[in-house]
Amino acid sequence: MLQILGQNVLNALQLGSVYALIALGYTMVYGILTLINFAHGDIFMVGAYLSLAAAAFLLGLPLGLPLVVVFVGAMVFSMLLTALLGVTIERLAYRPLRQAPRVSAVITALGVGLFLENFTLGLLGPEPRHFPSLITMGVWEVAGLTITPLQVLIILGAAVLMVLLDLLVGHTLLGMAMRAISYNRPIVPLMGVSVDRVISLTFAIGSAIAAAGGLLYGLAYPVLDPYMGIRIGWWAFIAAVVGGIGNIRGAMLGGFILGAVEIFTPMVLPSSTYRDFVAFSLLLLLLVFKPTGLLGRPVFERV
Amino acid sequence: MAISDKQKKLIICLGAALLLALAWLLPGAGLLNPYLVQILMYAGINMILTLSLNLVNGYMGEFSVGHAGFMGIGAYAASILTVWVLPRSWALWTFPAVLVAGGLAAAVAGLVVAFPSFRTRGDYLAIVTLAFNMIVKSVLENLEILGGPRGFLGMPRLTNLFWVVAWVLITVLVLRRLVYSNFGRGITAIREDEVAANLTGVDTRRLKLYAFLISAFFAGVAGGLFAHLLQFINPRSFSILKSTDMLVMVYLGGVSSLTGSLLGAAIFTLLMEILRPLGLWRWVVGPLLLVLLMIFRPQGIMGFREWKWLGQGPGVRGQDAMP
Repeated sequence: MLQILGQNVLNALQLGSVYALIALGYTMVYGILTLINFAHGDIFMVGAYLSLAAAAFLLGLPLGLPLVVVFVGAMVFSMLLTALLGVTIERLAYRPLRQAPRVSAVITALGVGLFLENFTLGLLGPEPRHFPSLITMGVWEVAGLTITPLQVLIILGAAVLMVLLDLLVGHTLLGMAMRAISYNRPIVPLMGVSVDRVISLTFAIGSAIAAAGGLLYGLAYPVLDPYMGIRIGWWAFIAAVVGGIGNIRGAMLGGFILGAVEIFTPMVLPSSTYRDFVAFSLLLLLLVFKPTGLLGRPVFERV
Repeated sequence: MAISDKQKKLIICLGAALLLALAWLLPGAGLLNPYLVQILMYAGINMILTLSLNLVNGYMGEFSVGHAGFMGIGAYAASILTVWVLPRSWALWTFPAVLVAGGLAAAVAGLVVAFPSFRTRGDYLAIVTLAFNMIVKSVLENLEILGGPRGFLGMPRLTNLFWVVAWVLITVLVLRRLVYSNFGRGITAIREDEVAANLTGVDTRRLKLYAFLISAFFAGVAGGLFAHLLQFINPRSFSILKSTDMLVMVYLGGVSSLTGSLLGAAIFTLLMEILRPLGLWRWVVGPLLLVLLMIFRPQGIMGFREWKWLGQGPGVRGQDAMP
């Protein structure tokens, strides 16, 4: 029993890492623009497909590249292109709405997400694609638990990215500019900081992290379809809200909570199909009783 | 020539009666192509949905992204009544009552969204409605007795053009009267500034509650009509995609405009039919349209404006401070 529990905790950590990586993108954009970027789940999906394309291309070359090179190559390629996609979306769809009512931007984000899904569907067709396995080592037995190198890679890789991001936001000039914008946007240009550039970089970083999440997700659950971003995206979004949207450490915490919800729901309720119900009920209750999330600070509206 | 209010009312009544008679006679006499009738019925159902969503998103300025949830509850409630509860031989006569019951069921579910709306606003309320939509879909998928993800069937095809037109007329008339009443002024005040509305004596909680209940009711009725037209429903029909379609129709036609809702629903339904040969690419058009609309004409075609005949009636002649 303890073993099953431990194994599931490990699974929850693995899944939670992916959710946390995507939740970071939601929370960064919200923190800086107070915009719920509903397209972020689909940016993750595009990132996963780009990783697949790069990995398949590199594996197909007659060079016999080592898998590590393929992994790193796919990661760099998809992170760069997905960052570009995020910046383009911001530039074309969100920037013209900077001054518009917030609802317009949220609707636009929904529209962009659906556009990405259906565009990918139109381009690639509805058949799911299989992600090549890049990690082919055996399993380790530690204290009765089965640990795969893939699990270690996902959890460690996500942790490294999260620490880097935390350092970036907390200890660099760019991070300071981001925090300044989220604190008081009108003042920032007066300090000589280009708001547009900081926002573009925020989208680039958030999208690149989502692409890394896409690659790790693809390795762990190797079936991709154009609509995968919807469910994963929503779950990551709930994670961001549970942790307190706009709060980066909250997003990480929320990711692990949601990972646990998904893994432990079938242990308590009769079927895993209840997981959406559990997750969204959690979201609904939290919004009614503690709308700022676990780590978020309360916002007072000035009249 | 000036038309007095009394004459205007008479003309509206006659026009409605004529429309109903046409909706009854034309398909009956086989004068309309069945395919065309089908599209007209879908357009009508979409009109009811768009009008109901416009009450919340347009007039009240709140943001519901979960209207397909209400539609789904209405559809399932009405279908259960027709298939399991009421005797089959009465089905033709109980149909209007079944639709009303579906609407009421949706309105009760509307409470789930209305109560959080007292405390949360803006994008947080949007998330609440969205979560509501997801929960409805998830519950429907898990209720094996209702067919689970496979769906629910066995409804006779009771929806015809007459009923669709009748309900479109009812919805337009009810909403028109509401929008130009104290209630309508109140929810418009909530849209412009909730705090100020509260201070000037608008009971914002009660109005929000009513707005959500009425909106959910009509969405539920539309769901009932939809179920008895398609004769088959499954949880996927009421996903967030459907909600997004409704948003497109509202913002295409125009917020805070009854005319706009009718127009938006008609144009969108027609557009989707015309684009059918595009196959999968058809689904790219709706979202793209939504994004372009938001950037270039966020108020939609008829935003804050009204066709003369649907505009302000007798008695209320206030000046709207429209943004």
